[in-house]
Amino acid sequence: MIADGGWGSNGSALHGFDTCQIPGEDFTVAESHASEYGLAHHFSSMEQQREAGTIGMWIFLLTELMFFGGMFLVYAIFRATYPSGFEQGSHLLSVPLGGLNTVVLIVSSVTMAMAVYSSQVGDRRKLVGYLGVTLVLGLAFLVVKYFEYREKFEHHLFPAMGFYAPEPSHLAVQYHQPVRVFLWIYFAMTGLHALHMIIGAGMLLVLIWMAHKGRFTKSYNSPVEICGLYWHFVDIVWIFLFPLLYLTGFHLTGH
Amino acid sequence: MATEVIASVEESRQTYLNNGHTVKSWLLTLDHKRIGLLYLFSISAFFLIGGIYAALIRLELLTPKGDLLTADTYNRVFTMHGVIMIFFFLIPSIPAVLGNFLLPIMLGAKDVAFPKLNLLSWYIFMIGGALMLYTLISGGIDTGWTFYPPYSSIYSNSEVTIAGVSIFITGFSSILTGLNFMVTIHTMRAPGLTWFRLPLFVWAHYATSLIQILGTPVIAITILALALERSFQIGIFDPKLGGDPVLFQHLFWFYSHPAVYIMILPSMGVVSEIIANMTRKRVFGYHFVAFSSLAIAVFGFLVWGHHMFTSSQSMYAGLVFSIISYAVAIPSAIKTFNWTATIYKGSVSFDTPMIYALAFLGLFTVGGMTGLFLAALGLDVHLHDTYFVVAHFHYVMVGGAIIGYLGGLHYWWPKMTGKMYPEILGRVSAIIIFIGFNFTFFPQFILGYLGMPRRYYAYVPEFQVLHVLSSAGALVLGVGFLMPLFYLAWSIKYGKPAPNNPWTAVGLEWQTSSPPPTENFTYDPVVKTEAYEFEHVEEIRQAGKAASAQPA
Amino acid sequence: MSILPLFLIPFMPESASTFADEVDLYFLFLVGLTFFFSVVIGALAIFFMVRYRRRRPDEVPEPIEGAMVLEITWTVIPFLISMFIFAWGAKIYYDMYKEPKDALEIFVTGKQWMWRAQHPDGVREINALHLPLGRRVKLTMTSEDVLHSYYIPAFRTKADVVPGRYTMTWFEPTKVGTYHLFCTEYCGTQHSGMIGTITVLEPSAYQSWLAGGVSEGSPAKAGEKLFASLACSTCHQDQNRGRGPTLAGAFGTQRVLDNGATVVADEAYIRESILMPNIKLVAGYQAIMPTFQGQVSEEQILQLIAYIKSIGPKQDGSAPTMATQAGAPAGALDGRSPMTPAAPNAPSTN
Repeated sequence: MIADGGWGSNGSALHGFDTCQIPGEDFTVAESHASEYGLAHHFSSMEQQREAGTIGMWIFLLTELMFFGGMFLVYAIFRATYPSGFEQGSHLLSVPLGGLNTVVLIVSSVTMAMAVYSSQVGDRRKLVGYLGVTLVLGLAFLVVKYFEYREKFEHHLFPAMGFYAPEPSHLAVQYHQPVRVFLWIYFAMTGLHALHMIIGAGMLLVLIWMAHKGRFTKSYNSPVEICGLYWHFVDIVWIFLFPLLYLTGFHLTGH
Repeated sequence: MATEVIASVEESRQTYLNNGHTVKSWLLTLDHKRIGLLYLFSISAFFLIGGIYAALIRLELLTPKGDLLTADTYNRVFTMHGVIMIFFFLIPSIPAVLGNFLLPIMLGAKDVAFPKLNLLSWYIFMIGGALMLYTLISGGIDTGWTFYPPYSSIYSNSEVTIAGVSIFITGFSSILTGLNFMVTIHTMRAPGLTWFRLPLFVWAHYATSLIQILGTPVIAITILALALERSFQIGIFDPKLGGDPVLFQHLFWFYSHPAVYIMILPSMGVVSEIIANMTRKRVFGYHFVAFSSLAIAVFGFLVWGHHMFTSSQSMYAGLVFSIISYAVAIPSAIKTFNWTATIYKGSVSFDTPMIYALAFLGLFTVGGMTGLFLAALGLDVHLHDTYFVVAHFHYVMVGGAIIGYLGGLHYWWPKMTGKMYPEILGRVSAIIIFIGFNFTFFPQFILGYLGMPRRYYAYVPEFQVLHVLSSAGALVLGVGFLMPLFYLAWSIKYGKPAPNNPWTAVGLEWQTSSPPPTENFTYDPVVKTEAYEFEHVEEIRQAGKAASAQPA
Repeated sequence: MSILPLFLIPFMPESASTFADEVDLYFLFLVGLTFFFSVVIGALAIFFMVRYRRRRPDEVPEPIEGAMVLEITWTVIPFLISMFIFAWGAKIYYDMYKEPKDALEIFVTGKQWMWRAQHPDGVREINALHLPLGRRVKLTMTSEDVLHSYYIPAFRTKADVVPGRYTMTWFEPTKVGTYHLFCTEYCGTQHSGMIGTITVLEPSAYQSWLAGGVSEGSPAKAGEKLFASLACSTCHQDQNRGRGPTLAGAFGTQRVLDNGATVVADEAYIRESILMPNIKLVAGYQAIMPTFQGQVSEEQILQLIAYIKSIGPKQDGSAPTMATQAGAPAGALDGRSPMTPAAPNAPSTN
């Protein structure tokens, strides 16, 4: 979610649709705002703006936790009901690809953290660079996901009624229904996760553009930090998704 | 009776209302006050639609046979009544209209923390509302507002998926509003405005926002799951495919129970403000009332199973949910006692908002206590899914939440519009609403104990007298609800100009003009007093002077 | 439409079960409590309003912060009252939930938009239920389609009827008469029409009613026929000789599963094994039983269960034999090799 209060507004020029300028009114307050770079008109100080943005993102992440939490609960309930079915379903997923994606995301969190650090010390080139690498890694994740999904579709392993037709060599008949539920949870959760990744990628693009234009300074870099929070959260969700979906019943010595 | 207007309002003065007259300046506004009015317009429209459905229900139930509507139509009518009233009227009502308008002003701020997000919230609400209107036009859904599968996922022939998507989208409006409010309250309080100097209206909205951000995502994912179940027949709720229909009930009520606290807590905040200011006394036990709001928000998340005592959940689950439900009732009782104690040795005025506040006290007590009947395990077995439940929730949602909303609307109307509504009409309609409401819903308690089930359009003849009484009351109630619609609208053009502080109240919102300028204040407010300190209210002193200046 | 004077309308339904009187007493207690608090708060509010009405426009009363003693009092007392209310309600609920001993067992199936009740001797009723006075009756219920709920206001009992599982409600009628039966979980178009009549008869009258009723044979007998026609006996042979475990003497016993867990072979387990056979697999057997989902109705599942119950372990612990089973068939049916009357069953393994 793009928070207001600082993003894209640099004091005097970009007020957009705000109607700050009330003719005939005493405007000492607004004038002092106009001089502070990056401060939105309704905040009284940069400190307040930064605090609001950060708290806002934490609260938003809390709502995301509740959102994904509901799905995790559904997963837990059905896994408890069909333990062997879920194992079978998990075997249909590719651990190497999932593992690769996990590494990709963890590294991207590191580069994101480096980007935040760069913004804090005011290093514009490194900031753009690290943001760029994070974006590339995020896109790589999505590409791998695309291949995983495509393979599922090719094997008729998408759980829509009428389309779903697992091969007998892959799956014994009595597991068809539990695996259908597993696959549904897999697609729903990784799909929602991928959607959040796409939104995150969009945010990164905006940040890269802004950083490139020199919009961030040592004192005004909260959008980068806030985006970093979001990115780390999306990463953490994957850290939970990966073992629960891919590693159920996984034994190192083969399935 | 001519009254001196204490502070004059110049025609040429800029307020948020005349700061831009174009449609664009309204539809693309970032001003929280204008956004509040946008919501007022939208939810009033939805209230009318929901009210028409209510009228159809009561008309049908005048006779035991189903003769006005077909069974199928009736099922759609009561479903749409519930869905529209809950999701598109009650849940937004006070937070989106009064909260949006007042919260920044009460905090001494210029706007909410994220004004663009605030506008986005309204657009999201409108998009969700448009989808629901589409559902309505396509014949409406017939699943009950509770959407229980397998009926909703397999058997219903109505636009369940689209309705689900509509609610999914509208939920984000609620989440973003809650987020905005929480951040605003945390970070944008004026200097000197510590937490325990906040008006109780603000505390109430903080607690409400907590529920909104934690609970709404769960209904979002639940309704999404239902829509996917219906579209792809996955089998999570379908027993024939190994799913569990009761799982849906757990997920649904996990949000929908806290949702009722989203509806009542803001109303309690309004009542605190009205009673304090119209008795000129600090709310008795301020800290207790503030903490009770938080307690209700927290405990409210732990009791969802009390909607499922007969649903085949285990007896032990029932015991746990029942006992915690009694714990939730206690903070509400504490508030009621505190409000009553506030009136003691106060200086009581009988203006319209106070009449609404008093009506709230009585109706919420009945509504809340009848909740105790339903939280009682052995009794709920008999009462569940009967008209007793219908009566209970209308007492708290209409007698509690809507009465509070109307009281607040009247109380802050002068601030919002700069005009006074006609006082006599205000008091008369409040009384008509109170009488009509009781005639409509009290007989339903009796119907419920007698065994009349919910969602029936035809019933056994011995229930008819009570239904006729109820429908007669509904007619009166309808008239009572329509009256404010007309005279409030009338007052915008023809009402008497309002002074800055018509109620001689305390609170930052009364320290600025009626209506306020776009920036809310023409100075930077600094708070030096506790909440509800009436000794320093200048307007009270002025009123005394004005009165003593009158010739004897 | 008869217009009764308001004061003649009874506020409570008839009291016709052992639960009803206590529930009514509990209800009246809560009504009294509500009335008390509403009157107290209402009277206080009105009294204060009048007594302390504003007399001068600049009147400012003395601020009163609060009183800890009052706060504690009106927190603790309502809390104690609430706990009392909870405890009484919990006690009634526990009684309603406990499995009744020596109850007459009747199977009920709900489906859009009718109720079917099956008495143990085979008499079936639609949208009605005849009951003997003074005898405990236990209903085992399921739905064939959506959620329903079996509500008898006069008995003060209700239980949801859920597809995919069995739910239970029980009562002991205490008064002869006819009472309403309502479906109270919204189930679609004719939800309002899914109503019926509960008739409580003197025990002798009940017996004559049963005798005069059209009996299609007991459910157990019907189940036995199904067992054969669905070829269950092909695998479920006697003395664990077949590919599936023997079912004689199995009902109600503990079964050890392939993952080490144990489960009781009750109605729910039997039903699950018919519809989703390999979820809970008995140890020592292959996961080869086909599912009968879609091939048997809820009605038929109940009949199969009744049959399996009838060949379950007997109360004195002795092994069931075909000769002692209810509804022993007159003629041989195809494919029933081990269950012929001549072959005695092995003692059940408990």
